Amino acid sequence: MSTPTNIRLTGLHTHYQFTETIRIPIAVIGTTLFPSLSLLFFIVPQPFAQNPGDATRGTAQLAVFAVMSVCLFTYGVGVAEDRALPWDGYTRTLPVGPAPRLMGRLLNGLAFVVLGLVPLVLIARLLTAATLPPSRLALTVAALIGAGVPLFALGIGIGYSLSTKAALAVAQSLLLPLAFGGGLFLPPETFPGWLNAISTWLPTRAGRDLVVTATTGVALPGTTLLVLGGWTLLTGSLAVWAYKRDEGRRFR
Amino acid sequence: MEILARTVAATRSYGPVTAVDAVSLDVPAGQLLGLLGPNGAGKTTLLQLLTGLRRPTSGTVELFGGDPRDAASRRRLGCTPQETGLPPTLRVHEVVDFVAGHFDSPVPTAELLEQFGLTGLERRQTGGLSGGQKRRLVVAVAFVGRPDLVLLDEPTTGLDVEARHALWDAVRRYHQGGGTVVLTSHYLEEVEALAERVVVIDQGRVRADGTLADVRSLVPARRVQLRAPDLPELAGVERSLRDGDRHELWTADSDALVRQLVTTKVPFRDLEVATASLEEAFLALTSPSNQSMARTTGETAR
Repeated sequence: MSTPTNIRLTGLHTHYQFTETIRIPIAVIGTTLFPSLSLLFFIVPQPFAQNPGDATRGTAQLAVFAVMSVCLFTYGVGVAEDRALPWDGYTRTLPVGPAPRLMGRLLNGLAFVVLGLVPLVLIARLLTAATLPPSRLALTVAALIGAGVPLFALGIGIGYSLSTKAALAVAQSLLLPLAFGGGLFLPPETFPGWLNAISTWLPTRAGRDLVVTATTGVALPGTTLLVLGGWTLLTGSLAVWAYKRDEGRRFR
Repeated sequence: MEILARTVAATRSYGPVTAVDAVSLDVPAGQLLGLLGPNGAGKTTLLQLLTGLRRPTSGTVELFGGDPRDAASRRRLGCTPQETGLPPTLRVHEVVDFVAGHFDSPVPTAELLEQFGLTGLERRQTGGLSGGQKRRLVVAVAFVGRPDLVLLDEPTTGLDVEARHALWDAVRRYHQGGGTVVLTSHYLEEVEALAERVVVIDQGRVRADGTLADVRSLVPARRVQLRAPDLPELAGVERSLRDGDRHELWTADSDALVRQLVTTKVPFRDLEVATASLEEAFLALTSPSNQSMARTTGETAR
C-alpha cells in the first residue's frame, strides 16, 4: 500500500463522519425532514399549490431553507460539538492535513442536504403543481450551491469560533429571522416596503431569488449577485479567521 | 543517534498562565522515556506541542525533523486518544479501521485487536465498552500505523493489575523491537517498571532529567520511620518530617542512623527502614512545601 492520498483520506473522513451522524437518527430527522413537513403542512393544502409558478417558487424557497438548516446545524453546531470532543483533537494528531478533514465535513453536509431535498422534491412533484423541466435542473443545482456557499461559510465560522451551547443559541436565533426575512416561508411579494428593504440585503433573500430564478425563470433582481458575493466574502473571512484561530477546545 | 522529537526552549502560555516554560527536551530513537509531573504541571501541553495540536508561544518544536503541525511529520507517530472521547456510535473495528486508513502499511485490524485482548468486541459500539476495554482500544490505536514513536498519555489509568501488566508487556515488546516511547503516568510504579529515562516536570519546567537511578538519587537512598517523643540531633539526616510522635528521616546510610538511635537511648518504637522510591524523589522535586522543608531541615541537620 502506498501513502494515503488526500482523495483517499477525504473518502475516509466523509465515510466515518457520515456513519457517526446517521447512527443518531433523531439528529438527522430534525434537519432533513423539517423542510418536507413545512411543504406538506403549509403549502400542499393551499389553493396556490395547484398553480405551477407559485408551487415551484414555494418549493424553491423551502429548498434554500433545507440548505440553510444543514449549514447552521450540521456545520455550525456539529463542528462546535466535535471540537469539544477529545476525539477531534486526536484526529489532528493523525497524519492528515486540514483539507481532507474539511472536505469530509463539506461532503457529509452535502449528503444531508441531499437527504433533505429528496423528500421535498418528491412531495412537490407528487402533491403540488410544481415543475422543474430537465433543462433547468443543472441551473437549479448550481443556484442552490451559490445560495449555500455564504451560509456554509457562516456555519463553519460559527462552529469554529463558539462553544457548543453558544453555537446552538446563535444557530437557532439566526435560523428563523434569516428564513422569514429572506422570504423562505412567505414570498417577499407580500412584505411591507420596510421589510422588503431589509430583506434585499439578507444572504437568504439573495439565495432565494437566485434559486427562484433558476427554477421558474423570473427575472433576477439586480442586487442579488452583489449581495450574495458580499456575504460570501464576509462569511468566508469569518470562517477562515475562526478556523485559523481554533486550537481545539480552549482552556482557561 | 537519530532524534525523533525535540523541543528547544519551548514555551506555551495561555494568557497570563505559562503552562510550558522554556522546556528543552530531546527524544532519541529507541528510548523509553517516562514523563512525570503532578496534575497541571504542563505534561499535556508538552505532548500537545509535540503532536502539533498547539503551537509554542516561543521556542521551537520538531518532530522527525519537521514541524509537527505538518501532516507529513506525523507519519511515523502514534498517539492515544482520550477514552472519554471515542465516538460512541462507532464500532470497535470502525475506530481501528479509521485510524489505520491514515497509514502506509497498518497492522491488520484483527491482529491488533488480538494483541490488545479485544478479539470478539469488533462489532461493539465504543459507547458500550467498559472503561478497561476503552482504555485498551485507545492504546491499541496508537500502534496501528506501525509508528516509530508512540506517545502514551496515562495508558493504564483505570486498568486492573492483570490488564496493566499485559499492556506493559505490549509496550516492552514494541520497545524491544526498536520502538521509541514517551509515556506519562500517574503510577510511579509504571514508570519504574518501564522507563529507562525519567523527566520530571513541574510548573512547566524540567525539574529532573536522567536515568531512573539518577532521579532516585536526588533524594537520600533510605527512609527511616519511627515513633518517638523527641529526637536529638542526629548526624547524617538529610531531610526529616514530623507528625506528632511519628518521624520520617531520609539518609544515605540507614545503618549508621539506627546505630545512633540505639546509642543515644532514644525510646523509639515501630522502626521501619525502606529504600526511597521514585515516588519520594518525585514528591521532593515537585511539592513546594517539601522543597522548603528539605532546605530548612538540611540546614538544621548540619
